[in-house]
Amino acid sequence: MFNKKNAAKSVAITGVGQSEVGRPSAKTAMQLTIDACKQALNDAGLSRDDIDGIACWPGDNNNGDAFSPVGPSALISALGLKVNWYGGGYEGPGPLAGIINGAMAIDSGLCKHVLVFRTITEASKRQTDKTSSALTNKTVGRDSSFSWQWYTPFNVLSGINLMAMYAQRHFHEFGTTSEQLGQIPVTCRNNAQLNPNAVFNNKPMTLDDYLASRYISTPLRLLDCDVHCDASTVIILSRADIAKDMPNKPIHIESMGAALHQSWSWDQINLTGMATIDAANMMWQGTDLKPSDVGTAQLYDGFSILTLIWMESLGFCSLGEGGAFIEGGQRIARDGIIPINTNGGQLSAGRTHGLGYVHEACTQLWGRAGARQVKDHQVSIAAAGGGPLAGCLLLSRDI
Amino acid sequence: MIRKLPLLNKDNATFWQQGAFNNLMIHHCASCQQYFHPPAPVCFHCLSEDVMPKKTSGKGTVASFTINHQKWQPDLEVPYIVAIIELTDQKGLRFVSNIVEINPDEVFIGMPVSVIFEEIDDIWLPLFKKEA
Repeated sequence: MFNKKNAAKSVAITGVGQSEVGRPSAKTAMQLTIDACKQALNDAGLSRDDIDGIACWPGDNNNGDAFSPVGPSALISALGLKVNWYGGGYEGPGPLAGIINGAMAIDSGLCKHVLVFRTITEASKRQTDKTSSALTNKTVGRDSSFSWQWYTPFNVLSGINLMAMYAQRHFHEFGTTSEQLGQIPVTCRNNAQLNPNAVFNNKPMTLDDYLASRYISTPLRLLDCDVHCDASTVIILSRADIAKDMPNKPIHIESMGAALHQSWSWDQINLTGMATIDAANMMWQGTDLKPSDVGTAQLYDGFSILTLIWMESLGFCSLGEGGAFIEGGQRIARDGIIPINTNGGQLSAGRTHGLGYVHEACTQLWGRAGARQVKDHQVSIAAAGGGPLAGCLLLSRDI
Repeated sequence: MIRKLPLLNKDNATFWQQGAFNNLMIHHCASCQQYFHPPAPVCFHCLSEDVMPKKTSGKGTVASFTINHQKWQPDLEVPYIVAIIELTDQKGLRFVSNIVEINPDEVFIGMPVSVIFEEIDDIWLPLFKKEA
């Protein structure tokens, strides 16, 4: 049994910021990052001198490439920060690893206020190089990476080839259909129509449009894939006892899930459950809250099948029943039982890659979501990852 | 078909090269008598270091698959089939490969397959075809 008095409870989110979300943006990666940082500091009522920690996933892990062009080192330099701790790195429980690490840094007493950020410029990169996201470009020469050398020789050139095999297995075992899965991109697109910052704002899409979109890797289609963008997102974490005197109602990290109790593998894990099950179980063990307490769920949609699998893993429906649960789309709409990806998700708002889910969860919890605001609620979930990578956060706003 | 090749080392060389002798070799533990993959100097089932590559049947079934249609690189020939193969030698012993010599529409989960090797430079890639 995971300790209910886990590190999460001593940490609150006290401010958020996001740059413009461009496809592409004319701004540099660092400019986008600074824009998001200043907005978040202002939101939290903090100055540069209050920030004593920086966390990021994955950081600059590959020569400044568009997947993650700005790491903690460059940001500390640009902002002239004096920090007690900082960290980034690809190896961790998925795109929310920066939040999880930052929360641990606060709980351990290293820091009072940690700025967590994630910058991505894949949209501008693709203007000049359409092959830039191929996995084979992550290594030079022969592949010696643990993560990819068992995949790239067989022309697994994108994560979608792996996610497509999870989807195919889900279809096979549980009878899930394309018409059911299509409700995830359609729901995200509907939500994006009410989000002026979404890449696909003013571009409605129907289930028929989805079914007519071309296959990328069966059974997944173009519209099952998130949309590249240039953007930076910042989340400010603060020690809970300090947070209660800050401008925003603190959003407590009630519990975190980061577990991996299966092989670190893309093909020897549970193909329809993956690490999402381990992370979700850990998160629920750290709280007395239940899925029925959750007002919105912001769930990773780099590929639509992962959203479905997160819904099952988190207990919004039983394992294998996700297809039937989302059929028709009513249950996951803004006025449904469990609204998902209320800003449009990565599928329609833009592939901000991880922190966008936390940003939207907070925006909804603070009642700032404007036309897309769902009914008043105190609890939200942000979850990200797929395959062996999975992390999730249960967020709870003070009344 | 153009392919990115793996860098060879003492742990992985038998997997990538024993196809020259028509053998699909997977690391095996003498202590707990189980296969494990990817190859390493220690068995992840029991932590014994009494491990060495062992010949498998080269037969398996399709645990899942996808038909890739996207031309990720200009010189890539599409469509092609990526699959997760589970070897019949041991439950859960799976790895990713390609299914070849078949119309993509005829592949199905549970389809019996057997290994064939494609030689490229010093690598013999284990690919799979439908069991006759």
